[in-house]
This record gives sequence, C-alpha cells and structure tokens, in this order.
Amino acid sequence: MTVTERLREKISQAFYNHGLLCASYPIPIIFFTALCILTCCYPLLKLPLPGTGPVEFTTPIKDYSVPPTEPNADQIEQSDRPDWYFGPPVAYIQQIFVKAIVSPWNKNLIAVDVFRAPLSKVFQLVEEVQNHVFQDSVGMKSLENICLQVTDLLPGLKKLQSLLPEHSCLLVSPANFWKNSRDLFDSDPDILGTIHQHEPKTLQTSASLKDLLFGVPGKHSGVNLHNRKRVVSYAITLILQEYHSRFLKSLRLRLKQLHPSPNSTLREDQIVHVHFKEEIGIAELIPLVTTYIILFAYIYFSTRKIDMVKSKWGLALAAVATVLSSLLMSVGLCTLFGLTPTLNGGEIFPYLVVVIGLENVLVLTKSVVSTPVDLEVKLRIAQGLSNESWSIMKNMATELVIILIGYFTLVPAIQEFCLFAVVGLVSDFFLQMCFFTTVLSIDIRRMELADLNKRLPAEAVQEISNQMRLPHSKSVPRQKRYERQPAMRSSAPYTISLQPSSFRNLRLPKRLRVVYFLARTRLAQRIIMMGTVIWIGILVYTDPAGLRTFLTAQVTEQSPLGENGLASIAVPPGVFQRGDTKDGLPSFPSDVNPMLENQSHEMDQNKNPNPLDALPMISSENINYNSKEQVRSEASLPESDFKVKITWGTQDEEMWRKLSFRHWPTLFSYYNNTLARKYVSILPIIPVSFHLTPQDALDARHPQDAKRYYSMFPADYGETKNFDGNLARDSNKQHISAKPHVHLDITLYKVGALGLASGVLLVILLFCLYKVFCPKTYGQGGLSHGRRRRGDLPCDDYGYSPPISETLPLILKGHLMDIECLASDGMLLVSSCLSGQIRVWDAQTGDCLTVISNSRQWRDSNICHERQESQEYISDPENVEDDIYENGYNFQRRSTPTQPLLFTDQPDLSGLIDTNFTEMKEEATIPRQRIFSECSEETGYDFGRAYDTAYEDHKRLNVQNLRSYPSRPVPLKTSQTSVNLTSQGWDDSCRLRRRSLGDDPFLMYENISPLPMWGRDNESSVWSLGIQGNLIVTGRSDGRLEVWNAADGMLRCSNEEDSSGITALAFITNRIVTARLNGSLDFYCLDTNKTINQLQYRGTPNRSSNPTSPVFSSDDVIICQLTHMVPCAHQKPITVLKAAAGRVVTGSQDHTLRIYRLEDSCCLYTLQGHSGGITAVYIDQTMTLASGGQDGAICLWDVLTGSRMSHMHGHRGDIVSLICTSSCVISGGLDDIICIWDRSTAIKLYSIQQDMGCGASLGVISDNLLVTGGQGCVSLWDIGYGDLLQTVYLGKSNELQLVRQLLVLDNAAIVCDFGSELSLVYFPSVLEKLD
Amino acid sequence: MADEGRSKTTAVQIGHSLYLSVITNQNMNLFVRGVVLFSIGVFLALVLNLLQIQRNVTLFPPDVIASIFSSAWWVPPCCGTASAVIGLLYPCIDSHLGEPHKFKREWSSVMRCVAVFVGINHASAKVDFANNMQLSLTLAALSIGLWWTFDRSRSGFGLGIGIAFLATLVTQLLVYNGVYQPTARKQTILDHESVPPNLYPINLHPQYVLNGGRKPEPLGKTHAETGRIYQLLTDNVGFEPWPRSLAL
Repeated sequence: MTVTERLREKISQAFYNHGLLCASYPIPIIFFTALCILTCCYPLLKLPLPGTGPVEFTTPIKDYSVPPTEPNADQIEQSDRPDWYFGPPVAYIQQIFVKAIVSPWNKNLIAVDVFRAPLSKVFQLVEEVQNHVFQDSVGMKSLENICLQVTDLLPGLKKLQSLLPEHSCLLVSPANFWKNSRDLFDSDPDILGTIHQHEPKTLQTSASLKDLLFGVPGKHSGVNLHNRKRVVSYAITLILQEYHSRFLKSLRLRLKQLHPSPNSTLREDQIVHVHFKEEIGIAELIPLVTTYIILFAYIYFSTRKIDMVKSKWGLALAAVATVLSSLLMSVGLCTLFGLTPTLNGGEIFPYLVVVIGLENVLVLTKSVVSTPVDLEVKLRIAQGLSNESWSIMKNMATELVIILIGYFTLVPAIQEFCLFAVVGLVSDFFLQMCFFTTVLSIDIRRMELADLNKRLPAEAVQEISNQMRLPHSKSVPRQKRYERQPAMRSSAPYTISLQPSSFRNLRLPKRLRVVYFLARTRLAQRIIMMGTVIWIGILVYTDPAGLRTFLTAQVTEQSPLGENGLASIAVPPGVFQRGDTKDGLPSFPSDVNPMLENQSHEMDQNKNPNPLDALPMISSENINYNSKEQVRSEASLPESDFKVKITWGTQDEEMWRKLSFRHWPTLFSYYNNTLARKYVSILPIIPVSFHLTPQDALDARHPQDAKRYYSMFPADYGETKNFDGNLARDSNKQHISAKPHVHLDITLYKVGALGLASGVLLVILLFCLYKVFCPKTYGQGGLSHGRRRRGDLPCDDYGYSPPISETLPLILKGHLMDIECLASDGMLLVSSCLSGQIRVWDAQTGDCLTVISNSRQWRDSNICHERQESQEYISDPENVEDDIYENGYNFQRRSTPTQPLLFTDQPDLSGLIDTNFTEMKEEATIPRQRIFSECSEETGYDFGRAYDTAYEDHKRLNVQNLRSYPSRPVPLKTSQTSVNLTSQGWDDSCRLRRRSLGDDPFLMYENISPLPMWGRDNESSVWSLGIQGNLIVTGRSDGRLEVWNAADGMLRCSNEEDSSGITALAFITNRIVTARLNGSLDFYCLDTNKTINQLQYRGTPNRSSNPTSPVFSSDDVIICQLTHMVPCAHQKPITVLKAAAGRVVTGSQDHTLRIYRLEDSCCLYTLQGHSGGITAVYIDQTMTLASGGQDGAICLWDVLTGSRMSHMHGHRGDIVSLICTSSCVISGGLDDIICIWDRSTAIKLYSIQQDMGCGASLGVISDNLLVTGGQGCVSLWDIGYGDLLQTVYLGKSNELQLVRQLLVLDNAAIVCDFGSELSLVYFPSVLEKLD
Repeated sequence: MADEGRSKTTAVQIGHSLYLSVITNQNMNLFVRGVVLFSIGVFLALVLNLLQIQRNVTLFPPDVIASIFSSAWWVPPCCGTASAVIGLLYPCIDSHLGEPHKFKREWSSVMRCVAVFVGINHASAKVDFANNMQLSLTLAALSIGLWWTFDRSRSGFGLGIGIAFLATLVTQLLVYNGVYQPTARKQTILDHESVPPNLYPINLHPQYVLNGGRKPEPLGKTHAETGRIYQLLTDNVGFEPWPRSLAL
C-alpha cells in the first residue's frame, strides 16, 4: 500500500465519520456554524463602510510647509502620511467664524432682530478682511495677492452670477446675498426671503447656496424666526491660493483685536487636509457590471446543475450562502489579524467568489444523491462525502498551490488578493463540510421520507403501523425504530388538497397573479409603512418642527438637575455683570485703521487675561453639566436673558465638518474646478464675536419688520424682568413651558394639516385611478354576471370572483334516473340510465338523436297488446315535447315507446331497503362501495335473495291484475341502489319466458324485421355499453347482448346464449368481447349480409364519420356470430375488460389478469401479482398495460413478455380508475385521492384530494391535461406541475351532485354524468394545444 | 385568456420550429455561432479597452464614452472577427490534432473561465507592477494557471502558444508600421499578457517599453486567452444545443 493510498483511505475515513456526524446532529452543527460565521464576521463591524467620502489628514500649523510635489523615499517611509498628501493643495480655506448676539434681550425686540443686526455686521467685517494689508520688510501683502482668483462661473449658473464672485478673489460670505452692499441689506424688507430664494425645495444632500455663503450648516446659523438661542453664527470663507502664514497671523490678530472673543477655548493649531476621492462615473461601472453579470451567470449555471434533491432552490441558496459567508469570514479574519483590506471591495468580490467557486458544493450534492436510495440518510451522506473526499482534497490542494504561486508574484495587490482567497478557500471548505453538508442531509432526509414510503410494500406499512401502535415494545431495536418511524409520518410527496369546490379558482392571468401576490403579502402596505417610518425618521432627524428642541426642553425642565443647575449658576448676577462689562460691549471703535496691526499684537497680549478670567465659569459649567450643557443653555436662555454670552468650543472649530462633504467640491465645481483626487487644506478658524445692544438692533431694523413679525412673535420676554427672586423664576417656568407649546403647536398643526391634505389627495388620486383602470364590475362580486346569483359564484379567498369562464357545459337532459353507463365513439354518445333507457346523443351538439327505451314496464302488456299497437304507440307526451324542444327538429323517430306511467307495476320494494350495510357486508362478495363506482363493475351483490319473497308476492299480484292495467302507482321511494337491483330480480323472474323466446335467435335476423323486440325481454338493466359507428352494443344483466342501430333506435340483433350478466364488453371494429359474471369470456363477430343491400351500403346517410369503424347501413342484416367462447376464463367474476392493440385484457376477482389475443381468443398470459381482486385496467395502443386492484396496488406490465415492470402502492383501498400517459400513471382510488406517478421511476409525483365519491371520475385529454370530476364541477389540471388550470361548474348553483363518471371524447370534450343529466364540456383552449 | 394562450402557444411553436430549423441547418448553425462569437469579441474588446482607459481617467471626463469609440474604431470589429475565426477554427483544429477538448465543458466552467480571464485583465489594468518584467511573468503564470484550471490538454496549450505567438507577431508588425498608438502601459499589457514565457524576449523589445508609442492591437490580447475561452464557448455551443458533428 503506497503512501498515497493510505492517505486516501485516511481521508476517506475521516470524511465518512464527518458525514455521519453531520447527518446525525444537523441542528447543533448548523447552530455552531452560524456562531462561527458570526464570530468571524464580527471584526467587519469596525471596517468603514465603503464610499467616496473624503479622507482627512491633520498636521500641526506650527511648522507647516507645503509638502513636496513628488513623494520621495523618506516621505513614503513615514507611515502616518497618506499617499495623497504631496504637492500643494488646491486651495487653503480660511474661515472667519462670526458669532453675534443681541444682548441683553429686550421686550421691545422682535424675532427678526435676532439676526438682522448681527447679519449687518458682516459687511463691516468683509470690508476689514478685504482691506487688510500686511507689511513687512519684503513688502506689502494684501488679500488680493494670496487669494484664489476665480474666473467665470459655469455657464449653467447664470442665475447665481450676482451672488458669487467672478474674476476676483474667491471670498464668500452672507454679504454676497446683498452683493456686499450694506445699503441693499438695509433696504431689504425680507431678509429670510432673500436668503432662501435659491434654496432647493426638495430634500437635498449636497450643499445649498445658503450653506455655501454662510459657511455653516443651515440649522446652526441661527438665521430663522425661531432661534431661541438668539446666537447668530456665520462664516466668511476665504479661499487662498497660497499659504502666507504671516499675513494670516496678522489678519487673525487684528480681527481678534477688533472683535475679541473672550471665552474662546479654540486650539487653532492644526491644519486639516481633506482629500476627495475619485467619483465613480458610468464608464467606470461598465467593467464592474460586466464582471457581476459574469458572476451571476456563473452562479446560475452552477446551481442549475443541482438535481435530484428535494428543494433545488433551497440548496442553491445554501450554496450561495456558503460562498458568501466564507468571503465575509475571510475578510473578517484578515481584519482580525491586522490586515486591513486596501483593495476596492466591490471590484474584487466577484473574482473572489469565482476563485472560491461552487464546484465542491455541486460535487458533494451529486455524489450524495447518487448513493443508493435505500440506505439510511446518515450513511448516504457519509458515503457521498467519502466518495468525493479524495478529489475534493486534491482540488483544494491544487487551488491553494496556484494561489500560493500568486502570492509569490510579490505584487502587493495580488498578494493581498491571494491572502484573502486562501483564507476564503479554507473557510469555504469549513463551511462546505459543516454547513452545506448538514443542509444537504436535511434535504435528503426530507426526500428520503417520500422514497421510503414509496418503496415499502403494503405489508411493510402494515407492519410498521403495528409497530407504531406499540411504540414501547421492547422487541423493536432502538436503531430500527429510529430509521423507520419517520418513514410513515408523511404519506405522500405532497398532496394537493382541494378547497371546497366553490372556492376553487381558475388559473389566473399573470397580471392578476401579481396583484394577488401583492395583496397576499400585503406588500404595498408594508412598503408604505416602511416609507412612512423612514419619512418620520427623516423628519425627526432634520427636525423641521423643533421637536427635538422641544423634547430636550421638556426633559430639562422635568429633571431636577437642570433646575438646580440654573439656580446655582445662571442666577448670580455678579458674574454676568462682570462678563457684560468686560466682554459684552465692544471696546473698540468700529472704524479701525488697517495699519494698526503692529499694535494689535501687544494689545492682544494685554488682553489675554480677559478670556482667562472668563474661563472658570465656563469650565465649571462644562464640568458639572457636561452632557446637558447644550440642553440647559437652551432652556436657561429665556430665564437669564438679561445677559447672554458667546462661548467658543471645539464644536465651533469643527463646524465645517458638519457641512455636507460635498460642500467644498460644490463650491469649486461652480468655477469648473474639481477636487477629485486632490485635497484642500482647511486652516483653523478665526473666531469673531459681536455683542450688540438692543439699541443696535433697533437701529438696524427695517421699517416693515415690526409690522411683519410683531404679531407672529410677541416679544414678551422682558416682562419678567421686573420681578425678582423666586417669583420671577416661577413665572418664567410657566412661560417656558407655554412658549415651546406655542411654537410646537403651530408647526405640528402645519405638518398635520399638510399630511392630512396629502393623504386626502392621495386617496382621491387612487380613487380616480381605480375608476379609470378597473373594469366596472371589479369588486362587485357576481352581481353583474346575470344568470348566477352572487352566492353561487365561486369566489376565492380574497372575495374576487373570476369572470365566467368561456367554457360552458352543455347539459343533456332526458334521462329520468341517474346515468349508469356511458360510451362514445367520438361522434355519438350513448348513455343508459338506471331505468334502462338508452339515449343516443350527438357528441358535438348535444342533441338527443335516439331514445331506446327499456320497456320493462310493458312486459305485462306485451302479452295482450298487438305489436302494431306498441309500434304506433308514441312515448309519453313529456318525452316527446322534451325531445322536440331539445333537438329543434323532428327527426324520424321510429318506435320509441316509453312508459306513460313509470314504475306503476314495480313491486313495492321500499320495505326491503336495508341501510344496515354492515351486516350485508358479511355476505357481500364485493365491498358495497363498488355499487356506485363504475357500471362495468356492477358485478354486484345478489340482492335477489333478499328480494325473493317480495317478488313472489308481487308476481302473484301481477298475475291477478294482469288486465287491470294501469295498476296503482307506486310512490318512487326507492333509491338508486334499490332500483338498480330490481333489474336483476326481474331477469331472474323472467328467465323462463326469455328462454323460450330465445330458442331460435336467428329467426329475428332472417326476418329483416325492423321491429324492435319490445316487451319481450327488456326488463333487464344495461350493465355495459359500447358504440362503434352507428351501432350500439349493450350488455345486459340477463346475459343478453343486443346490437342497436344508433340512428333509428332499432334492435339489429340480439344474442342470449348465456344467462350470466355481461359485466363488461369491448367493441372494436366488428368484434365484440363480453365478459360475464360467471367468469366466461365470449368473442363475437359482427357480420353484415352485404349481398343484400350492397348499394345501400354506400349511400346510407350516416352520422358516423369515423373511417375505421365499420359502417352498417340501417337496412343491412347484421349477424352477431359467436366466434369463441372461453367458458372459464377466470374463476371468479370478471370485473374489467379492456381491449386495445389486438389484445384483450381481463381482470377478475380472482386476483389475476389475463391477456387474450383478439383475433383468435388465445390466452397469452396470466398475470399474477395483485393481492386483491382486479378493479381497474388500462391498456392502450402502445401496449401499455396497467392494472389496479383492491389491495390499492398498481402494477405496470409488459404486454409482450407478461412480466411486471413496476409496482406502486399508494392508495388506501381499491383502485377505481387508471390511466397512463406517456410519462405518468394516474390512478384514482376509493379513498378519493388521485395519485400521479412517474411511469419510469414509479415515484409518486403528487396526489390530488378529490371530493367524496369522485375518485373514479378522471380522464386525460392530452398528455398533460387531466380532468377530474368533483362536486358539481369538473377541474382541469396540468399533469406536469399539478396546477389547477380551470374549473368548470356544471350546475347553476352549488348542487350536491357528484360527477362519478367522466368520459373524454376525441375532440377535447368531456362528458360526465351529473345525476340524471349529462354534461358535455368543451375545452376550446385545450383544442389548440392538441394540434 | 384563450387568445393569449393561443398566441403564446403559436409563438412557442414558431420559436421551436425556428430553433429546429436553425440547428439542423449547418450553414445557419455556423452563421449563428459566428455572429455570437463576433459579438462576444466586440463586447469584451470594448470592456477591456475601457479598463485600460480608466487608468488615466480623471473625474468626470466627458469623453470617456466617446474615447472608447473614437480612438480606433476598427479595433473592436477586428477583435470580433478574430474571435469568430478562432472560435470557429478551434474545434476543428482541436479534433484534427486528435485531442478534442473534453475537460470541464459545462457552462458554469465557461463562465468561471471568462470571469478569471476578465479578472486577469482587470488586475493587469489596476495593479501596480514594479516593472514590466514582473508584469509579464505574472501574466504568464496566471495564463498557465488558467490553462491548467480549465483545459489541461496539450493541444490546447500548443494552440494557445501558437496563437499568442501569431498575435504578438501581428502586433509587432502593426507597431512597426505605426498604425495605432497606445499608451505604454497598454502596449506592454497587451503584448505580454498571456504570452507564455518562451515568447517573453520578443515582448521585451526595448522599443515597447521605452517608447510606448506603438500600436497595440487588442487582437493580441484577444488571441491567446480569449481564444481559449472561445474554444470553451464554441465547444459548449457545439456540445449542448448542437450536435458535435454539426459544430465541426
């Protein structure tokens, strides 16, 4: 044994054990795997989300120098420096951040005063900045020298031309709104309108013009009417071309000097460089999309190969999940060990998936499903794994080697990729072995159940169920129970359980299906709900109604901490007094000489103590109420509004971060500059504070402001100033709580009203749409459908009534009792009812052509009446009218007498009706269910015995009352069953007479008498029917075989050599085979005496257009010649007889089938294999033979060799009907289940639960259309998929009539019995498919 | 509903009969395969060209799309033609060599192969290589890996080398004649890609590396690798819906 072989064996053994483990404990293993995945993916949370957001890099301002253009070696070594940080930035951005406040607040002031005066300061400031000059030994520097000079705006921005600078320094400030002109500002009556005139109306993500000019986010600017903080902030943004530190320093000093910010804690020591990434264009996406398309094609083609499993898509999903989780795991693990992915994830991902691949998964699946099916699941999995273990390991090793080779290419990107791929491969292997294998075992187990169940023979099932009843019996080994028990739990792959027939819906058009899907999943509602939630989220986030402010205010008010904090800190007047005198008032004249900057340095030094003095107060606030500082200051402002100070904190320094990340790119893009893959350097801000007195505000006020805003914003703040101490606080507190309410209510109402209005509008819109698009009848149920009443129309679960299908059944009326036998040759349709009447219908139009009455009632009168009389006697008026009415024309009806008084002379059997069937069952040779199953199986229980006494009485009565006709009518109480039985009784009773007449059967034929043999012997009931061309063959219960002419309803010949009832007959071309109750089989041949009327033979108008069937003219002499007789074909009654392809197959109660050759009645085979009587047989032209028995088993036989090909077991009870198509076997059982089997593999595909008592009614229209009968309806199924295609309702209302028999005609029509009526249903849409 | 069903049925029937007539007609069969191969070639040439272009693309270049078509309009059709020729010839040559391709012929393998091929091109476009030697070696190794993964037949290897050699030759000729001017990088990539090591010296011609101003021709690119893929594609096209005999 070589090393390889040993290794191979070891691997195989390991895989085997692993497979056993996985299949034994699926749930814990899946749980464990999921845990592993989650653990490995956990580091992914730390990764930044992919995106094109800007990247920052911070350098100290102290020794800042422009980075060199080319990154040289030593700089690369500095790991902290990003690779984009070289060369000068596009621009330096210097923001002069202004905070202004009107203080102290005055009751005379109105809302607009909060920002009008502060904004007016911007003009002064801009002027100062623009005029600033720095002078040193080199020379003078002004802003013009170092700023970024811009040219034209982009052509598309002409409307902003007046607002943004052109051909000058790029310096933007709020003053741009008024073209940097104080006069324009002063004369502007509506500042807010001017500011917001260019605001986009929709939700916007990029920078708006207001943000650009203000330099701070809109909501932080304070320029609105509800600014309760009353601090207005804005920025003057300078874009500089070059960095001139001394100029900037002098500017900073000077501005600080002019407008000192006393309590500033700004650090002002760092430059932030912001690098903007490349934006993805469409062109970039094309290759990406291509790779993804290829990826999906790969996945599709791979998963398509998964086959022979229970849930194909479930496994495909598991496979994809395996690969994806292994990817995530690999990234997570790599991150965990410090390797951060630098590659673009989106681009690499498809390649990683492709490299990892789905091949192993497929191989595993294929290997497992190809193991023997009858093994235990665990063993199957283990075997499948071990079979493929070697190749899996080999492939994995190869791939690893290839990837390792890739690792030694020494290209960093490829190395990284390879690293990811290796980890991904290993984790994928792990997942395949643990996760996928387990999922596969679960799937196989589900499949296994069906398989096992199918393969167990009936005895085994019995045995198992016995075991089940004794689950605690010690004799059953534990192991065995484990594997067998699940086998019986499910009885079928799946069963289609029908809803009550009134709920069966049609196969709907696609669009309706989509609508139903939407309706069923409530998709629209969910989307709307999600949308609403998101919308509310956005609302809350953007806070248009001041909700957050309100809430925080509420919280602060309620918390004792806020109250105390206010009391202890905000109230002491000394502090504020001090701050006010020192800081609040600008101590410098506003018209500053620009040449003062040399002094400013010293002055700044001198001023230093001032901010330091103010610091402790702020810091104490910060320390004590760190988290609530913001909240409290908002709430406290109105209270302490006699003095407000401006604070500077780190959040102000970073204010630009709160701007949209597209802020700077937008600004630059206005001038056709791009920041992509470039960076800008943001210099520390220069803080500027303005403290304005109320007088300043009043002075700045526009004349219209008072009118405009006074009513909206009553300035009643100042009232409380007059009070002191607690009183003031109390009233203030009330005021605080009232004040936000006012705001809130207004805004909330606004939002609410808006929402309501939009909702109403939406409803109206939808209503209009509904009106336009929906049909008028939609949603109104069946009201408009005319003939059907609302309740009658089938509705589905959602109350939708499908429109009336195009298929309307043709009702064939005429029979007085329930239909018993049906036969058709495609053109004509013959039916016989329990009363013995035979009717011939046109299968195309449904016209009743001929009525052949059973004149049993006349048996008394035929003795006394003349033949002539009976011949001229036309049937009862009802029937005549009926027929004329139905046919629309008077066709020649010769001698169709029917009974004028029905059943008047029948014996009263009502006393004999015994519904206690359990007793009868004891003596019945055939289960009672057979009675109503099929006419061909009417082998019947011999009721004659029970009936003898009654009959004897009656006969005596009849003899006495021979002439006293009509006798008293007997109320028709007898049920279908009992009436059926009378016939048998009658033929027993009349046997004597019949025999005497039947002595010379050929007499009739030689007569050429068209006269029917009424009254003679028609008492017996029709047990079997056959039709070919225009000849009807009836087999009667008294053993008589009659041949009738379908066109004129005349008896052409009759044969009664045997008294045993004809249970089944087959009529093929000119041969008739009859099977009798006593087990004998007769072969007849129909001969025509053609010599007599050769000419007429051709000329006869004949309805039959079937070319294969012999055509007998009405005048031909037809001789029914008994050719062969097999006296004892079966030992027990023959139940079924079918003939096709030159073979006759009989099935009998003696558990056997026999195959005879049609020509010479030679018995070819006797087929044994059923453990019960044969109840159904199917044979067709392709020599397909199937049989079903009372044991519920179905056998497929090879007719040529007589061997059994397959054996299926699935019904509980008799098989009552059996049909084969080219791919399926369809069986219907007494258990009212229709099973569809795969013919080649004998696997049950699915089963259909039928209505009670309709198990036998099924037919196949074409190879893929199955028709089943139900309660008052006929359903059309797609055999291949088990889809219900169409349901046709036979009655006008939900009658309880069952469709027990169903006959498929050649022209895609079906005939079914429906009580005493026949229904003829055409499927025109099916006809197309038949072509 | 009936009308819908009917029209659907007839459409299906028509489609089916068309399909039957196509696959049974040998000329038609060849024609369809040629068209399919041609379009695939054109598409791949465009996409891969775009990958190369993107290296030098800045943000919002308004003319990226235009440049795809303007630079050399005849390149994609050439690629398409070449791919069709190779794709149609490959099975013939393969079978004449007596070693028909049998390994991994499923569509999923084809897709995987295409994906790897595009990935190699992608990598060569995006990854920074230290020098052209490294680039060439890497590409050669990857190409061999591709061959090993999806083909593993000697004839396939020989054909690949042969076609790569031919393609390189054509490219050289075009370069000398100055028909087309690519960027240096593109040039090297195109020339070196998937060329087995034995052809390496040819590709290392100093002019390519230094001048860069040559005409590359995606033909070269298309040839070796795509030839392999096309073979797979054609094999499958010939194998699955069409009988193999018709394909040849």
